[in-house]
Amino acid sequence: MNPQVNLQDIFYTGASSPHIRPENISIPIVMRDVLIALAPAGIAAIWFFGLKAANLMALGVLACILSEALWQKMAGGKISVEDGSAAVTGLLLALNLPPDAPWWIPLVGGVFAIVVVKQFFGGLGQNIMNPALGARAFLLASWPVQMTRWSIDGVSGATALELLKNPETEGILPSLGEAFLGQMGGCIGETSALALLLGGAYLLYRRVITWHIPTVYIGTVMLLTFLLGREGFFTANPFYEACLGGLFLGAFFMATDYATSPMTKQGEMIFALGCGILTTVIRLYGGYAEGVSYSILIMNLLVPLIDRFVIPRPFGGGYGHE
Amino acid sequence: MKRQRTFRGGIHPPHNKGCTETKQIVDLPPKREILFFPMQQHIGAPCEPLVKVGDRVLVGEKIGDSSAFVSVPVHSSISGKVEKIAPVLTPMGTKSLAVAVKNDGLYEQVEGMIPRNVDDLSPEEIRRFIREAGVVGKGGACFPTAAKLTPPPNCEIDHILINCAECEPYLTCDQRLMVEYAQGIVEGLRIVLRLFPRARGVLTLEDNKPDAIEALGNQILPGENLEVCVVKTKYPQGAEKMLIYSVTGREVPLGKLPSEVGCIVLNTRTSYQIYDIFATGRPVMSRIVTIAGGAVARPGNFRVRLGTSFFDLLDAAGGFRVKPAMVLAGGPMMGVSLISLDVPVIKGTSGFVCLAPEEDTIEEERTCIRCGRCVDVCPLGLMPYRLYLLATRRDYAGFENALGMNCMECGCCSYSCPGKLHLVQTVREGKRSVREIWKKKEREATR
Repeated sequence: MNPQVNLQDIFYTGASSPHIRPENISIPIVMRDVLIALAPAGIAAIWFFGLKAANLMALGVLACILSEALWQKMAGGKISVEDGSAAVTGLLLALNLPPDAPWWIPLVGGVFAIVVVKQFFGGLGQNIMNPALGARAFLLASWPVQMTRWSIDGVSGATALELLKNPETEGILPSLGEAFLGQMGGCIGETSALALLLGGAYLLYRRVITWHIPTVYIGTVMLLTFLLGREGFFTANPFYEACLGGLFLGAFFMATDYATSPMTKQGEMIFALGCGILTTVIRLYGGYAEGVSYSILIMNLLVPLIDRFVIPRPFGGGYGHE
Repeated sequence: MKRQRTFRGGIHPPHNKGCTETKQIVDLPPKREILFFPMQQHIGAPCEPLVKVGDRVLVGEKIGDSSAFVSVPVHSSISGKVEKIAPVLTPMGTKSLAVAVKNDGLYEQVEGMIPRNVDDLSPEEIRRFIREAGVVGKGGACFPTAAKLTPPPNCEIDHILINCAECEPYLTCDQRLMVEYAQGIVEGLRIVLRLFPRARGVLTLEDNKPDAIEALGNQILPGENLEVCVVKTKYPQGAEKMLIYSVTGREVPLGKLPSEVGCIVLNTRTSYQIYDIFATGRPVMSRIVTIAGGAVARPGNFRVRLGTSFFDLLDAAGGFRVKPAMVLAGGPMMGVSLISLDVPVIKGTSGFVCLAPEEDTIEEERTCIRCGRCVDVCPLGLMPYRLYLLATRRDYAGFENALGMNCMECGCCSYSCPGKLHLVQTVREGKRSVREIWKKKEREATR
């Protein structure tokens, strides 16, 4: 470029600083990271439950992406499915379904998650409940039979948590090793603690999430379960119980959902503590054998309250300055 | 392991200092004939021109001054005739009345510029001389240094911090100064310490500048009340309040000045300047400017006379490689984006960063996904997302209540937002609106 030419005539529109933004921080990258982190759980689901798990995941993702695009087109907004958030919702929903769920369950659930739970409230970032969990609660209430058909290796039976809750139920409890690897009945994505831990570690490594929610949540459940026990104090094995049900899926992937968790780290820890207490209470004393979904949903609704009262201490003093 | 000295929050933008941090400072005489001296090169009252069109001015001659306490005079850096007195655009992004001097190339000096021995001067005389020489903070805010060195009488100053952090990406003018002129920086600090005999002098810099750390460390005599303090490389480590916290662990109370916690923070360049004015007797007439960014052919550091045109610097740097996407006065985190390139170098100009189109990474706003990153990174513990909402809703009472007016506009929130929201930009607008409301109320009250 010749410096003599029209340098005087170069004009810009002024911009407000900062003038650089990192290209490696964006919503699509966050969502991509979550999808990558869910890959081990997805592979474990196919490993343990076969192709029907793959079908459920494909249908869930498809239903979410299509319903989001369609809704945004109808509502006249910008179509933003390329940000990947709908795909994440669809995959999380599918991972929360039992292996023998009929094909239309992920479709109905996906549409409900996106349209009712997410878009009705204003779309990405505005929803007050986790869309995948909201849809799961809706499906469970509407089709309780289809939503609780558990089987593994072609043998149907109760989940480990149901067996623990009602000892008279028929079935054999998985060993600790089986529970950790995922060789047991349950939702397709929740059984393998190992796969979920791998994914969680990736999210932590990529700083998509921080340790606060998963650690406090899982820690609370383990501690409380150990303290209270199923047959009196100190009778439960906290490591074993932590591997059962949806605790790891919930703690790493659902409770950490940005939109429905508090904004501050202190708030997140209170939120996770609440999730942990509710989960343990439901598991030990409630009517359901499993309590992760409902605990997170209930705590989701308390997030605005937490965010109102748990605010960071400003540098150099408290509130009420002159 | 020793605790790394730092503050809470902050970000790690790429430094991009590589292409200039090893380049020696090059003296660059002004090429273009007319040099502009804006009357407002500092925070505070602007100066009144002391010369008329047609007057001949000399190097070092005072051409603008004001009687206000928070103000410093402006001096000519060349000799020649005053061509005109008219407003020009300054690198601060605002227009200011400026004295335009046509360079006669003789560099004839005004009389009386003789070195001063600090030992012979009283603290009052030292402050007076610093003001008369036109010294301002070189960190960007350009606060008159003499005013800064006159803290309220009830403040016991026990730390003088020299801010060598230079945490802005691309800029290396301070780093080069430290490597090449470490002695002057430390001498300047010694002069300031004469004003505060009970204070300890601390040179603070980030751990990514080992060459500067060594250069400064070599200047310190054993047993002296001086030290070099290395802090973690993190943006905005160079922000006054953050630096004080990193070094002393003290928090400057909201809405208060550093002197409240016994600290005074001066920029590296300011410290050098203080040494220089006593050693040479000359007022502030030059500075070191980094010109960098992907759009510049040969980035570098240049010592130029104040008033030198941006175009001279650009020529010295080999011109533009490509047409820049934007040209910034200062660094990319807090610098001002220029609307025209026809600007002179002023006291606060640390550099010009010319971003190539591929370095322009501003994206369209998406949406807030409530990830909480802005809250995590805010060094002041504010809630940028909430201030953003309050400002967009024009809820200015709520904005003030949420401490919006305390935002120092470092931009960490915008930088770390995955939704690409213009957080700090919106907060800045909010602050402006609140200030207008204050002014309006004041007018009504006085009516």
